[in-house]
Amino acid sequence: MLTFILRRIGQSALVLLIVGLVAFAMFRFVGDPVDNMLGQERTLEDVERLKEQLGLDRPFPVQYFKFLEEAVQGNFGVSYRQGREVSEILLERAPATLELAAVSAIFAILLGIALGVYTAIRRDGFIANFIMSTSLIGVSLPTFLIGILLIYLFSVELNWLPSFGRGDVVDLGGWTTGLLTASGLKSLVLPSITLGLYQMTLIMRLVRSEMLEVLRQDYIRFARARGLSDRVIHFRHALKNTMVPVVTIIGLQLGAIIAFAIITETVFQWPGMGLLFINAIQFVDIPVMAAYLMLISVMFVGINLLVDILYAFIDPRLRVAGK
Amino acid sequence: MTEAILSIRNVTVEIPTRHGIFKPVKNVSYDIKPGEIRGVVGESGAGKSMTGNAVIGLLDDPAYISEGEIWLKGRRIDNLPAEEKRRIRGKEISMIFQDPLTSLNPLFTVGEQLVETIQLHLNLGASEAKARAIALLDAVAIPNPEERFNQYPHQFSGGMRQRVVIALALCSEPSVIVADEPTTALDVSIQAQVLDLIKSLARERSIGVILVTHDMGVIADTTEQVTVMYAGEVVEMGTTDQVLGAPQHPYTQSLIAAVPRPHKKRHRFPQVSYGGRETVFKIDDLARNWPQSEPSKSGKMLEVKGLTKRFVEKSSIIPSRTTYFTAVDNVSFDIRDGEVFGIVGESGSGKSTVARMIATLHKTDGGQILFDGEDVTAMDAQQLAGYRKQIQMIFQDPFSSLNPRMKVGDIVAEPLIHHKILPKGQTDARVRELLDKVGLARGADQKYPHEFSGGQRQRISIARAIATQPRFLICDEPTSALDVSIQAQILNILKDLQEYLGLTMLFISHDLPVVRQMCDRVAVMKSGQLIEVNDAETLFEAPEHPYTAELLTLMPHLAQLDEA
Repeated sequence: MLTFILRRIGQSALVLLIVGLVAFAMFRFVGDPVDNMLGQERTLEDVERLKEQLGLDRPFPVQYFKFLEEAVQGNFGVSYRQGREVSEILLERAPATLELAAVSAIFAILLGIALGVYTAIRRDGFIANFIMSTSLIGVSLPTFLIGILLIYLFSVELNWLPSFGRGDVVDLGGWTTGLLTASGLKSLVLPSITLGLYQMTLIMRLVRSEMLEVLRQDYIRFARARGLSDRVIHFRHALKNTMVPVVTIIGLQLGAIIAFAIITETVFQWPGMGLLFINAIQFVDIPVMAAYLMLISVMFVGINLLVDILYAFIDPRLRVAGK
Repeated sequence: MTEAILSIRNVTVEIPTRHGIFKPVKNVSYDIKPGEIRGVVGESGAGKSMTGNAVIGLLDDPAYISEGEIWLKGRRIDNLPAEEKRRIRGKEISMIFQDPLTSLNPLFTVGEQLVETIQLHLNLGASEAKARAIALLDAVAIPNPEERFNQYPHQFSGGMRQRVVIALALCSEPSVIVADEPTTALDVSIQAQVLDLIKSLARERSIGVILVTHDMGVIADTTEQVTVMYAGEVVEMGTTDQVLGAPQHPYTQSLIAAVPRPHKKRHRFPQVSYGGRETVFKIDDLARNWPQSEPSKSGKMLEVKGLTKRFVEKSSIIPSRTTYFTAVDNVSFDIRDGEVFGIVGESGSGKSTVARMIATLHKTDGGQILFDGEDVTAMDAQQLAGYRKQIQMIFQDPFSSLNPRMKVGDIVAEPLIHHKILPKGQTDARVRELLDKVGLARGADQKYPHEFSGGQRQRISIARAIATQPRFLICDEPTSALDVSIQAQILNILKDLQEYLGLTMLFISHDLPVVRQMCDRVAVMKSGQLIEVNDAETLFEAPEHPYTAELLTLMPHLAQLDEA
């Protein structure tokens, strides 16, 4: 088991190095930072001085190494647009995105698994068929459209929920949370549904097909032959086996939730990292883009590492190798 | 005369389909007495398993019992509501399935599954249930039951898992056990042990056992009463000695005649002639267009020298700490031109690994494979392509060795195209010809594998294997997934290929009677090592190695059959 985890950590590090290279390459190839920073009125001396100051006169590998060294310490330089430390800006924005992602992930996972199991058990039932048909809409509608529709219905027409922003937030020592105020919670509802709906339908359809497959297995027949009740068979024997492949997909989708947050945050003007990233692109704010890229890849890699460990936890057959 | 514990009376099962009502079980009746083992024998599709499922109330939708009654200890059970039926399952009537590898839930420990079942049926606390579970594991002769209690199914071997399944079936002292092909997936030696266990449990605990099987050997060795089923109907019933020794019905007669005899060599396998389903294999046509088989330089088609294969058991970053499992250990033998060379052994003995190395599906870890004098392990890519054209393989499982998403025609055409034997436009005619020769109806090339039965699929495998006109054929357990009657057909085709086309064959099997009929020479393998090689007749009549002798004693004797 330990060998396995160490190997996965090694692989993760490799992935991060490559993403780091891409992020770093942006500095070199997307516009000239010196140009950006000095503006129109500059002298040759200014350019040379800044180049030396930024280390741009040194060879490529040295610069890359320097970038990595800084990145590991969380230092991504100064935002071109805001003139503040990138890490500071990101830290300020991260809670909004992470809270949104967490709430929509919980919504997607809980509802997705519950509906998936239900539609698998009542395969030919009317409600199950209805859920299956409507779930197609969830899969096929683009996120921004769902967001706009929800805003129209619940904010404009019914006026139940706010259409933009986080509402009132509470500052808990650097972490601003919207989970503790009524308006913060209300503000979370629409964006979370928008962001999680696609993942929810995906998880539901996956759970359903896996569950149907598992219910055909011999050990389920044998469980019936032993006289176990349907409830025990479905929720103890079948569900655990269903979860093995589902966990992998959920892991990948959690990464996707954070990445897709860009669109949802734009639609709902949610002050998170995604909105920050979109603005950064508009102003070619490369340090912010690079930092965001690195942060997202760290999350992706971290989640997948967790999923692999979880996998071994669910399925004893995978534990043998490291015994 | 003891009273019957379970009584099946005139049961008919119906399945409504688009083409009308299909009756897989028609008017079947038989009784089970306490402590008695009743064999139910027949081919797949004869309705024998379906009857077992009807007894335990596990008919899959939309099948249902349309007529007849099932009585358990004086109580009618077939018309009970679903919840009542569930309460009988596992408590009064238990079931043992065919495949011990798939009938246990892989994600729960054996102990959890036992305790769960015990607590469901008996009103016991956690510690009492655990004590009972351990006692049951002990009763089915699993060593170290306390330790095994906390292990997962994958930590058990096939035979041990089937013991666990039996322990699960015994949880609440059932009065009847339905055992559906309980030993078909097991090795001969393990099979004998499991059958002995079932026998002694039935006697000691006076459990009535319905033993569903297609294996006449199992019936002969284990049962007291036997019911023969054909196409959903009982065709014959009586004591085992009576039915096997003096079969009355023509189907039973031909079924018994088709069982390969362990102690007699015959030229061809007798086929089950009842029902008129014999398909023709057009060997003469095939032989006419077959290239004259070139004799090898030394008279030895294949020589294997010191062949070794190791698999990584536990990998480690430090090379010296990586542990290996030696699957094939320094194995040497040679196969002469035109002979059928058999390898027998239990599962895990390395016989399939040898075949896979010869077919270059596994890399070797030492030793040489000389094909007509050329070392296969030292060939470059181009030479290997030429070699692969001359050897072809037929696998055990006709269900998984054909790609379900490809049409049969494309499956058979693949080797022709891959080895550039025919230009792409001309393969169709050739494929149809090949399929026709192995006895498949016209239009087979446009169908998909799932539209064929197991025997037909194995014919497709054969058509695919002979498409390149190979000199050497590797058959890895080609019939162990098939019924006796189908087995006879396939084995006869293989015999014809050897006889008329001069094909040399490596034949791997754990079924000793079949090996005796098929092979000229036989090698015995045990734990990766070659123990004995000899002429088939010598080996079966006078085995030199004690292990070989032990294997031979485990063969079903079928003494009753030979008196007939």
